Amino acid sequence: MHTYAQARPSHERLVAGLGWFSLALGTAELAAPRAMARLIGIPDDPRLVNIVRAFGAREIASGLGMLTQPDHPTWAWSRLGGDAVDLAFLGSAANEESANHKRVALAAAAVAGVAALDLLCARGLQEEREQRRAAFGYIDDEVSVERAITVMRPIEEVFAFWKGYANLPRFMRHLTSVETLGENRTRWTATGPAGMAVSWDAETTVERENEWIAWRSLENADVCHHGSVRFRQAPGQRGTELHVHLQYRPPAGRLGRGIAWLFGEEPGQQIKEDLRRFKQLLETGEISLARSTDAPAAPATDRMYVEGGQA
Amino acid sequence: MRAACWHGRHDIHVDHVADPTILNPRDAIIRITRTAICGSDLHLYNGFIPAMKKGDIIGHEFMGEVVEVGAGVSSLRKGDRVVVPFPIACGHCEPCSRELYSLCENSNPNAWMGEQMWGYTPCGIFGYSHIMGGYPGGQAEYARVPFADVGPLKVPDELSDEQVLFLSDIFPTGFMAAEACGIRPGDVVAVWGCGPVGQFAIKSAYMLGAAKVIAIDRFPYRLRIAASQGGAETINYEQLSVSEALREMTAGRGPDHCIDAVGLEGHAPGIKGAYDKAKTMMMLETDRPVALREAIMNCRSGGTISVAGVYGGFIDKFPMGAIVNRALTIRSGQTHVHRYMRPLLERIRSGEIDPSFIITHRLSLDDVAEGYSTFSLKEDECLKVVMTP
Repeated sequence: MHTYAQARPSHERLVAGLGWFSLALGTAELAAPRAMARLIGIPDDPRLVNIVRAFGAREIASGLGMLTQPDHPTWAWSRLGGDAVDLAFLGSAANEESANHKRVALAAAAVAGVAALDLLCARGLQEEREQRRAAFGYIDDEVSVERAITVMRPIEEVFAFWKGYANLPRFMRHLTSVETLGENRTRWTATGPAGMAVSWDAETTVERENEWIAWRSLENADVCHHGSVRFRQAPGQRGTELHVHLQYRPPAGRLGRGIAWLFGEEPGQQIKEDLRRFKQLLETGEISLARSTDAPAAPATDRMYVEGGQA
Repeated sequence: MRAACWHGRHDIHVDHVADPTILNPRDAIIRITRTAICGSDLHLYNGFIPAMKKGDIIGHEFMGEVVEVGAGVSSLRKGDRVVVPFPIACGHCEPCSRELYSLCENSNPNAWMGEQMWGYTPCGIFGYSHIMGGYPGGQAEYARVPFADVGPLKVPDELSDEQVLFLSDIFPTGFMAAEACGIRPGDVVAVWGCGPVGQFAIKSAYMLGAAKVIAIDRFPYRLRIAASQGGAETINYEQLSVSEALREMTAGRGPDHCIDAVGLEGHAPGIKGAYDKAKTMMMLETDRPVALREAIMNCRSGGTISVAGVYGGFIDKFPMGAIVNRALTIRSGQTHVHRYMRPLLERIRSGEIDPSFIITHRLSLDDVAEGYSTFSLKEDECLKVVMTP
């Protein structure tokens, strides 16, 4: 769904290595803090042991972060911060009378070595992120969705239905209206996350008969968004293929998207459902409904309970 | 109106609910005159089908009189007597235009659920869980029928309700199962399960030219009907080894085609049955494929396994090796009922078959709870329950 797949970090192996290292170290620190304290040469009194345990929790958090969001430099930076704390801790522990100074020095050298790798990793990821922004014009807090559907109607008819956008609210659940303002300009009104009304103006950038329609929001719009629909003849009398590409920044950014997802409004699924209704409308003339009380099908988080079901 | 509603495992009873109304231009409202309990309804009754909600109206075998049509329906009129096919099909999408009606791409409003469960979605079905669209079913006084210009079949007055009712599902289902075998002269067809679909599969296999049909079940009364009405040779699997008996009855060749008319709640004697029962109870398996496994292992090399019984999820110990090394073909699908209604109506009209032979119990809709219990427990030699609302 997201199109930045081609921009996967080349630091993948380093990120994964550091992630797993963090997890392993964190687990050891949490599970056997006394043994770890002895290993790095500090006295295993309860105060210091508790600090080692807390470091373990921090390591696990950074490790999980790196492994689940390998393209985010944040986690590598957080590891680097952790390294600094570790060094400070080792420095003060070295002053304890019962400390094994040789072991503390070795541990500090090891931390410094890992810190160098963390710095390399964080800078690399940061750089890639900048490149991605330059190449694609957006980074991942902007949502980019691609969905396609095949409709058993002639391409001319499918194109005509999209052209002018006026029919869009008939099948796009969150769109209230699209008004034409003239000169390729349109005003879009939609229901955003948490039911708030959002409105923005857009201009049509491409309109190629039976081929391609593209638009983008004007600069001062609340919702920064561009979209494109390509129309293709499906092979062997199968009607028309529709390839939709939408990119937008939700009103509340990442948070908005997170909330939307909770309510079952993950954009990929949303657009899939919208396109399904579009197909129903064109092929059958109506939108399928099972009962009068039904809102149009709510995907993803509308959990159905299974009464006595064994499946 | 009164309607049979699902309230949980082994809890189906009549509730008073709102009458259905026209929601879309291509809808019709039918006043139901006859409705039946399908073997696949027992999977709902026994709690094997997920995504049921309390209060769901069930039932997908029904017929009646048109009382209202939407603005987009010109093929039907108030007062028409119709049989309604159980799959809901739009008639215009690609599968529909290829007569694969149960694969209609537009009739399931909960398509996303079907996709999560099975990859892509099948059509919507009346009264058969929210995965199949959550449509209210036909064990009721009235039903809303979407795409009424495509589905309902007008039936002639000279045929009784009981003669044409089973065009809604089980007669076409048994027929499609037999047709899928691609029967050639001399072929022997074995049918697992002598419930209503099995009985129609037996009859259909003979209609399509089978030399011999062998019926397998454990209830003597069902085997008796398979023999007397269907002309099948029979095997009671509780008394005989199915594989040895089939081998003997086909002079060592094995049946050319095997039809599974049992589905996901199969039974088997001894350890084989206990295995699947235990696994489904522990939720390590959703379906009990004992009949399917046996059909595969006993089919003649190069033959066809035609699956008419309903499966919903995942099965275990599937003998893929037999399929690959002996070039077996598996065919299945929810029935494309629309495709078979007219030709099968002609066979009824010509007197070739009277489908009412399977009816053993006639009840009022108010006795639906008793109907489900009797049918499920195979009490009182029950084979088919038909209800009048």
